[in-house]
Amino acid sequence: MIYELPKLPYAYDALEPYIDAKTVEIHYTKHHQSYLHNLNNIAKDYPEVFLDKKITQVLTDIDNVPEKIRQQVINQGGGYANHNLYWLILSPNGGGKPDGKLVEAIKQRFETYENCKRELEAAAVSVFGSGYGWLVVDKNTKQLDIITTKNQDSPYSINKIPLIVIDVWEHAYYLNYQNRRPEYVAKIFNVINWDEIEANYEKALLY
Amino acid sequence: MKFELPKLLYDYNALEPSIDALTVEIHYDRHHRGYANKLNEALEKHPEFAEGKTIEAILSDVNSIPEDIRQAVINTGGGYANHNLYWAILSPNGGGLPKGELLAAITKTFGSFPEFKTELTKKANSVFGSGWAFLVVNKNKALEIVASANQNSPLSDGKTPILGIDVWEHAYYLNYQNKRPDYVTAIWNIINWDEVERLYNETV
Repeated sequence: MIYELPKLPYAYDALEPYIDAKTVEIHYTKHHQSYLHNLNNIAKDYPEVFLDKKITQVLTDIDNVPEKIRQQVINQGGGYANHNLYWLILSPNGGGKPDGKLVEAIKQRFETYENCKRELEAAAVSVFGSGYGWLVVDKNTKQLDIITTKNQDSPYSINKIPLIVIDVWEHAYYLNYQNRRPEYVAKIFNVINWDEIEANYEKALLY
Repeated sequence: MKFELPKLLYDYNALEPSIDALTVEIHYDRHHRGYANKLNEALEKHPEFAEGKTIEAILSDVNSIPEDIRQAVINTGGGYANHNLYWAILSPNGGGLPKGELLAAITKTFGSFPEFKTELTKKANSVFGSGWAFLVVNKNKALEIVASANQNSPLSDGKTPILGIDVWEHAYYLNYQNKRPDYVTAIWNIINWDEVERLYNETV
């Protein structure tokens, strides 16, 4: 299995002024690309582990990955998958509020969309070191939840399907925001692609 | 007792071109200062605990930190102490080779200075996520190279750091972006060996 870098569905400068063009370019062509490259290097030596499997499936069954390469797959496969989602759930036409079944589920779990947003922001800001804040669906209960993960650990590996991902590795914001992570996290809501997230939510319910 | 931000011993632009002025300014005045402030804030809940203790003493015995502030002190106290060390072991007049007993110890442990340099460079480049690579003196007074995640201090493992390479992205991203190995290569030009030697001699 050879994994590929998904095409970025917009230009590097499309997320400005919230995320600057240089950050998007380096984040996508260097960081994301390098996780992919490293993952394919691992996959080359262990074809049976990756045979016909989407990366999210490999991460879901992470305990079945040979111990010798497990941490590498967590790091590089996680980095690949997490960034695949990150670019998809952002859009120059994003922002606003969720709609449909998703907003009902959000209200059921957080009472209001504003509460959900506040909690997700607080979670993303609170990550110490490199990692992510997430809105996820539990695979079994179908409940929404907000979680954080460190480094490139994937929610798939703990039975959660990610809907929203906020990358808080410093490389996601440092060129424009430097130490001001809370500002980046607040601004990213202006480019959140709710159509994509709603579609992912409906798929997650069928999982 | 309040932990204070040590004075930076050189100008923000003094480490150029290895580390650019804006990076030094934000790293020192925002990140380092932020750790110091948050450490003091965390300790306010238990003023008696830190009384009369150095940050090194606190980090050397993390189990004695009151549980409700333990992780906060590991993070912010570690961040405070690690950065105290970082600025001290860098200098615009740095670079070159260590001397004296430190050089003898490096040669004994790693074979040669170039071999040591290669090993510490490799360790710094291999940290996944935010963290540090350190040259430490262990309990047997021997040198060792270790990596740590986030702001964890080697002191908490009974090891005294005498040289620290910060590989949080904030240490290099403005100038080097994803090219961490270039930053790690450049930092050797500004290592303050006099200070590393002083710390070594003080520890052994």
